[in-house]
Amino acid sequence: MDFAGYDPAGGRPGRGIVSAKIVVAGGFGVGKTTLVGAISEITPLTTEALMTAAGVGIDDPSKVPGKETTTVAMDFGRITMAQDLILYLFGTPGQTRFWFMWDEIIRGAVGAAVLVDTRRITDAFAPLDYFENRKLPYVVALNRFDGAPQYELDEVREALAISPQVPLVMTDARHRDSVKQVLVTVVEHAMLRLQSEHGRGFPTPVG
Amino acid sequence: MDQRRADPRGALVRPYAVTRGRTEPRQDIALEAVLTASPTQVAESRFAGHDKHRIATVCEGRAQSLAEIAAYTRMPLGVARVLVADMVAESLLTLHTAAPAEGFEERMELLGRVLSGLRRL
Repeated sequence: MDFAGYDPAGGRPGRGIVSAKIVVAGGFGVGKTTLVGAISEITPLTTEALMTAAGVGIDDPSKVPGKETTTVAMDFGRITMAQDLILYLFGTPGQTRFWFMWDEIIRGAVGAAVLVDTRRITDAFAPLDYFENRKLPYVVALNRFDGAPQYELDEVREALAISPQVPLVMTDARHRDSVKQVLVTVVEHAMLRLQSEHGRGFPTPVG
Repeated sequence: MDQRRADPRGALVRPYAVTRGRTEPRQDIALEAVLTASPTQVAESRFAGHDKHRIATVCEGRAQSLAEIAAYTRMPLGVARVLVADMVAESLLTLHTAAPAEGFEERMELLGRVLSGLRRL
């Protein structure tokens, strides 16, 4: 790869290559990594963050005796869109006790897709609550599992109390075109939100 | 490696031994921030220790995010972040911009580029 505008001599910010990220959220086993893998140019990678197990859910883990480190894993993928533009897709850790990690993952993101499994629809309450209380634009995607109960989108919107402003789409996380459509919806929604907030004189949301 | 085993603080802090126990990076680097290393930077990183050299090698010829660096080197994210921030300060890596968060025009332009990039897939 040839890095345009890239200064080989120094460590100054190159300003050459820009990246963006979209977050894929949802409960444990809902298909986040499958979704990322369906569209990523690389096999989804896992990065691990260490934390003290005793500190989970506690503000200051250093005050807790008997610390034990545990690892929080998050999966992510990559789409190189141009020589100077890379899109990353980050899956959130599924277990709710690791949600403090989400704040870091969503920081600066374009937007998020919250995946919902119709077999365990109540698992979606907690992730949806999380995004309702953040500024990040998000859409809800119903992941169609084989043999799972089929609901109308309206039924799901009502059951999960999803606000009318939040786009709700069906997807099959295994299929690239379907996943692509979810991501397009995320970006379009983010653009609309940005535009309407700009029109009302709100500052640019940064996640 | 021997240095790690000799660390008197034991297994709990061993992952951070490569950063000499520092857990705070000099500069905050986003998960998706992109880094590159030129052949010169890779060659110079040989003198900066095994871990930094591995990081530079990962970023040679292909822009990599902090998250990718951590994954490919199998370092915990926090450790990779400290080392990468050091390497940027030491000019062993070039930090490219992450998503420009400020400004309506810039943000819209980025979103527009991402959208057309997705549609082309």
